[in-house]
Amino acid sequence: MLQAESRRVRGALIAKLRDILPRQFVLTETEQLRPYECDGLTAYRQLPWIVVLPSNSEEVEKILALCTARGVPVVARGAGTGLSGGALPHPHGVLLSMTRFDRILSVDRANRTACVQPGVRNIAISEEVEGMGLYYAPDPSSQIACSIGGNVAENSGGVHCLKYGLTVHNILKLEVVLMSGESVTIGADALDMPGYDLLALMTGSEGMLGVVTEVTVRLLPKPAVARVILAAFDDLAVAGNAVAAIIGAGIIPAGLEMMDNPAILAVEDFVHAGYPRDAAALLLCELDGTESEVEAGIREVTRILELQGATEIRVATDEAERQRFWSGRKNAFPAVGRISPDYYCIDGTIPKKRLGEVLTGISKLSNEYDLRVANVFHAGDGNLHPLILYDGSQAGAFERTEALGGKILELCIAVGGTITGEHGVGVEKLNQMCIQFEMPELDQFHAIKKAFDPAALLNPGKAVPTLSRCAEFNAMHVHKGRLPFPELPRF
Amino acid sequence: MTSSDISVELISTVADAFERGTALEIQGGGTKQFYGRRPAGSLLRVKGHQGIVNYEPTELVVSVRSGTRLSELQQILAEAQQMLGFEAPAFGADATVGGMVACGFSGPARPYRGAVRDAVLGVKIINGRGQQLRFGGEVIKNVAGYDASRLMVGAMGTLGVVLQVSFKVLPAPEVTMTRTFEMSELLALEQMNIWAGRPLPLSACAFYADRLSVRLCGSGDAVLAAGREIGGDEERDAITWWASLREQGLPFFSQEEPLWRLSVPPATGPMNLPGDCLIDWGGAQRWLFCEHSADALRQVVRDAGGHATLFRGGNRDSEIFEPLQSVQWRLQRELKRAFDPRSILNPGRMVEGW
Ligand SMILES: Cc1cc2nc3c(=O)[nH]c(=O)nc-3n(C[C@H](O)[C@H](O)[C@H](O)COP(=O)(O)OP(=O)(O)OC[C@H]3O[C@@H](n4cnc5c(N)ncnc54)[C@H](O)[C@@H]3O)c2cc1C
Repeated sequence: MLQAESRRVRGALIAKLRDILPRQFVLTETEQLRPYECDGLTAYRQLPWIVVLPSNSEEVEKILALCTARGVPVVARGAGTGLSGGALPHPHGVLLSMTRFDRILSVDRANRTACVQPGVRNIAISEEVEGMGLYYAPDPSSQIACSIGGNVAENSGGVHCLKYGLTVHNILKLEVVLMSGESVTIGADALDMPGYDLLALMTGSEGMLGVVTEVTVRLLPKPAVARVILAAFDDLAVAGNAVAAIIGAGIIPAGLEMMDNPAILAVEDFVHAGYPRDAAALLLCELDGTESEVEAGIREVTRILELQGATEIRVATDEAERQRFWSGRKNAFPAVGRISPDYYCIDGTIPKKRLGEVLTGISKLSNEYDLRVANVFHAGDGNLHPLILYDGSQAGAFERTEALGGKILELCIAVGGTITGEHGVGVEKLNQMCIQFEMPELDQFHAIKKAFDPAALLNPGKAVPTLSRCAEFNAMHVHKGRLPFPELPRF
Repeated sequence: MTSSDISVELISTVADAFERGTALEIQGGGTKQFYGRRPAGSLLRVKGHQGIVNYEPTELVVSVRSGTRLSELQQILAEAQQMLGFEAPAFGADATVGGMVACGFSGPARPYRGAVRDAVLGVKIINGRGQQLRFGGEVIKNVAGYDASRLMVGAMGTLGVVLQVSFKVLPAPEVTMTRTFEMSELLALEQMNIWAGRPLPLSACAFYADRLSVRLCGSGDAVLAAGREIGGDEERDAITWWASLREQGLPFFSQEEPLWRLSVPPATGPMNLPGDCLIDWGGAQRWLFCEHSADALRQVVRDAGGHATLFRGGNRDSEIFEPLQSVQWRLQRELKRAFDPRSILNPGRMVEGW
């Protein structure tokens, strides 16, 4: 768009938006727009054209209908903690901030559900229903900040998802506004719905299919008891075997997390969780259930860990110690943030049995690219978070980091895994999508998108690469192994 | 166990049907032919596409070809003390994995261990263009691309021919115990939902003819403690009873009238509808033999926040499934087009006209 033309279109749109929303909820000045220029993946930035802050679905309907009529792209944004650039603004688009949708609308104790607006923070739901002995199970590490709408869009998981499932397993119903401005209910208060499972399709769709304006979540009874075991190993592969042995014994822990030595050191220096500094790997295994069940489980897991060659085993004796054990894992990201000017979080999933091989591969790549990597790992479900440490102020450092990240993801694909377990594709992993999927599959994704958003105005350019981009990438990739001009956005 | 890969043949048949625009009726074991609207088209038999492709108990994942018999899969899992959590009904010894996924039926454990869709991790399908596509995968967490895998569950084969499915499996429980109680429907519905809000190892709750049956599964300690907590009488021979409930083999299921499946919020009180009713899924699924007009029945169920399916009997040329509302109808229609543009896969099986 030419600049003069662009200014004119923008001005006219702002006037129309102000017919829909009170003046203070249509942001247009650069300093007002700045906070919205990136999400948790701060390496990608783009100032939005306009930011709007609606507070009810009628407003969202009108905004989307207006943008559709004018062919203007829209990007929804929750709390902006996403790690793949899913909420990255469009340069000529409206950024739809959902933060004013911040009310818990109702709690149905008998049916064990809560109906909330999408801007409600994940943890606020569990806090609201705590007195009823209930909680909302998916608990991303970002739960004090991230919104339930963002969780739906990313199908977020947490430490407890091996046993209690991801977002998709814990929601029942959504109110959604389509790009056309029409509202539609997806799912039901019952356990299933007629027709195709659009609830599953919407979950993890990265804000590409519709804007979520209401979410009904399933609440679970809080387990009577939860206890955690900490185990140290002098070899990562041995720790990996221990994970397989626990699951092979028919135990599904409420949480099963692993860290490697660089992560242990970073965490120890930061929160002093009492982790053994010399361990090559640290495993945290939480069991929950009734008192006697957990007792029996702790005995069994301890036996397995000994058998598998743990060098040290500690069982948290009280709630304070349990919290301390977990504090290290939960603070792993900020801890790594302290020892390096910048870090980049990768999010691949692998079959657990390939862990040793993948970690060896990562360590080789780390040497090759001359960048340190600390690994934290949702071990129970094979979701690996290598944290690449770099210094963004050094020329070329980010590009090298991104290239290393890409290589790690390719390694995940090669062992039968996937390029994203919970953070989504966003703008970040478009190239790796070209490797994970064949052209007809990507084509099918585009056809799905078209069923919901025929003009491709909602969050355009994210999550699914265009076929031409992949054709180009694959051609380059095969010959040179690296994408030229990685800094150029290719929408 | 038998293993044979006939995907090449299946793909070429579908591609050919796409070229000509001729309809295909996908058939697994043919055990669920009673379900859904009346099928049309020439038969595409998937049964020959058999075999467990990958099973690694410690990964909690099994990948299996769609023509594999459900009973065979269950046996292999049982040998490793594992199971499909959703307790799928087979409705016959020939039932296949593909038919199970296409129909999406889950058994009594559904509210406590999740439905078929909750266990699906990935699929290989043939879409209506005759293209082989792979979605999801063999890992528990995967958000790359839209979740087209779970979309296949309950789609009755109208979006694609399912070639292969990867499931998350669960360890089989150490101990199972059933307790029964004499009580009214009203009290039973309240009681089931109070227990479901407590940390008890529930795995099924059903009610019929003033009798509430509660199944507890888990470690020996947990089940014993829970049994003491909830009381009631221990039912010794319950395994066959739960299996008959799942397979609709209880005498209740041999009535003459059309059989309706009502899916409602679990704590919904007794439904104000004529006919004989059995409650499963802790209140969330109700089986009703009823001659009532479909419209009137559906209205009552909708008012309760649920929907009704004509499961068996009645007029199969009518709308068997809850009619979709306007925007919802259009979305689903567009989605069908996205997967099957010439409407050759099981046309009309779910919705009239497509
Ligand atoms: C320190 C840290 C730890 C993290 N730990 C985890 C973790 O353990 N597990 C995990 O899964 N993730 C984790 N994340 C990632 C992130 O928190 C999740 O992806 C979260 O769900 C994003 O929520 P949000 O509200 O911040 O969404 P945003 O970042 O604002 O948006 C994310 C995507 O959702 C879309 N979206 C937002 N709201 C709506 C809506 N109402 N309707 C439609 N689309 C919408 C956006 O368009 C965008 O595509 C972590 C992030 C950080 C910074």
